[in-house]
Amino acid sequence: MELFGIPTAALFGQLLIGLINGAFYAMLSLGLAVIFGLLNIINFTHGAQYMMGAFCAYLMLEHWGVGYWLSLLIAPIAVGATGVIIERTMLSRLYKLDHLYGLLLTFGLALIIQGLFTNYYGSSGQPYRLPQEFVGTFNLGFMFLPKYRAWVIVASLVVCFTTWFVIERTKLGSYLRAATENPALVQAFGINVPRMITLTYGFGVGLAALAGVMAAPIYQVSPQMGANLIIVVFAVVVIGGMGSIMGAILTGFGLGVIEGLTKVFYPEASNTVIFVIMVIVLLVKPAGLFGKER
Amino acid sequence: MKLHKLTPVAAAIAAALSIGAAQAQVSDNVIKIGVLSDMSSLYTDLAGAGSVIAARMAVDDSGIEKRGYKVEVVSADHQNKPDVGSAIARQWYDQDKVDVIVDVPNSGVALAVNQITKEKGKVFLANGPASSDLTGKACSPNTVHWTYDTWMLANGTGSAIVKSGGDSWFFLTSDYAFGHALERDTEAVVLKNGGKVLGKVRHPLNNQDFSSFLLQAQQSKAKIVGLANAGGDTTNSIKQAAEFGIVKGGQNLAGLLVFITDVHALGLQTAQGLILTNTFYWDQNEASRAFSKRFAALDKGIHPSMVHAGVYASTLHYLKAIEALKSDDGTKVVAKMKETPTDDPLFGKGTIRVDGRKIHPAYLVEVKKPSESKGPWDYYKVRATIPADQAFRPLKDGECPLVK
Repeated sequence: MELFGIPTAALFGQLLIGLINGAFYAMLSLGLAVIFGLLNIINFTHGAQYMMGAFCAYLMLEHWGVGYWLSLLIAPIAVGATGVIIERTMLSRLYKLDHLYGLLLTFGLALIIQGLFTNYYGSSGQPYRLPQEFVGTFNLGFMFLPKYRAWVIVASLVVCFTTWFVIERTKLGSYLRAATENPALVQAFGINVPRMITLTYGFGVGLAALAGVMAAPIYQVSPQMGANLIIVVFAVVVIGGMGSIMGAILTGFGLGVIEGLTKVFYPEASNTVIFVIMVIVLLVKPAGLFGKER
Repeated sequence: MKLHKLTPVAAAIAAALSIGAAQAQVSDNVIKIGVLSDMSSLYTDLAGAGSVIAARMAVDDSGIEKRGYKVEVVSADHQNKPDVGSAIARQWYDQDKVDVIVDVPNSGVALAVNQITKEKGKVFLANGPASSDLTGKACSPNTVHWTYDTWMLANGTGSAIVKSGGDSWFFLTSDYAFGHALERDTEAVVLKNGGKVLGKVRHPLNNQDFSSFLLQAQQSKAKIVGLANAGGDTTNSIKQAAEFGIVKGGQNLAGLLVFITDVHALGLQTAQGLILTNTFYWDQNEASRAFSKRFAALDKGIHPSMVHAGVYASTLHYLKAIEALKSDDGTKVVAKMKETPTDDPLFGKGTIRVDGRKIHPAYLVEVKKPSESKGPWDYYKVRATIPADQAFRPLKDGECPLVK
């Protein structure tokens, strides 16, 4: 059976792969959306922090024999802690200024971090062994799905929807959202707003690092891995609507699928298709698909 | 949100970075060597800073400075962008008095530099780029293509694989000048040896995820998935091919351009059994081992790739020609380089043809199993040596206008 000249089996395979890539877009754009939504900072360091997560896992395995599962926990905390330091020492001074200052600072930081890692580890990257549990593939009939990729989809869905739930449906989340609307008032209710903001940034950064650890067994752990991804992820956030959490998640998965299909029908355009969509969305709905006009 | 402000800011930063790398003006009695390379992206390890080190080592080993010449080595990052590379090349030649540009991994940038060098009558020692067009229809009296090219890779790896039964191919091709040339040259070899090409897919340069492409390769049922890409793109393709069970499913990978730095990055567990062609292996003989030991000490333990070896050897030969001529006139120096037989510790004795092609043997090697390797960087066993007169495209087939 064929659809648009492509066997349906092949099409299913590509849809699934699109979803897997979408899972990474979703996890990364989620962190960006959280940080932008609550801090009003466009975190250009996000790609570098994703890379740091992967490197953290690699270094722990290499030097201390710390395995994948423990890395999944430790790397986000460790990288998140560096995020907290960045927020306390630098970002917190910029909240009153234009977005552009935060963007420039985080962009500069990203260049510095990537440069340092390239200097130490070169560009070819380091291999990270697939955890033993995930060696092998599932035969789905229409394709062989590597077990690890299946895990990536599941884990990413859990992470994304937990984050959405915490921010949109819990009391803690309501404090956070209130603090972005009117920090002075929330402070007056006895809540330590600056600390909450610091922790939010740390959490967003931790999400990036978590995605990095999950990417490590698939991609080479290389200093460039974040730089390659971050521009696409920004497009995802813009299309979804800056600051919209659900928007980031849905757009992440959706664009992963669209990109995957482009790789079948016209592979040469696969790295531009997302930007074409971004242009169209910005023309039709400048605040993004799920964003609110401010 | 003021996203539109972002673009000019990013562009300004990028421009500042690229211009900052070029050096200040120097007086004319200096031989100025410009190493134009990928200093920050996927080809950094196989060329990059190592190429600067190799050029510097060649200057030191030539002893030319002891004989009263002043030599300076400068470097810049072309960022894999032909426009950035061209701007640097023009500035180097016009304002900074650079006499020779070496390295230039990335055929797209190299073809641009090739053209500019010809216009300005300077010298281009092409070591990083692969496209055989540099000595074909784009050949120039000012360019020497030293280390390797796509015809040589296709002829070495491609024909060895077809002859051992891999007669149906699917290409995964990097979508720019280099990938297209490598695909074209390999396809010709496959067809000539009675094989067939079942399909091809072109992926963007510096791609991360190859799973969609690999799935298409899998569905083509071709016996061989030919990787017409390089550097980080090759390592990611190989790694993800293992993940998707391409080899377990009965298909085999052909890495058409694999550098030793790629094998190092993949680890032997993933890379074992790969067959590839190169023109230099650090563990070939006493001289190559001695060079590599010195090189590794200067480049964070990285052992030299064939590109690094090429930068060293070609710079050495270039300096010899200058001393013989007592002039650094680009066109004359290249003519002298072609006229003089080459002799260096890394590639041995050789010649440079009228089309600019440097002639030396190539080696078909297989990546060792982890159990066969004595340690890091002990990666290759040589399966066959392709003699110098067969390793590169015959002069008459290149369509080079310099060949009469």
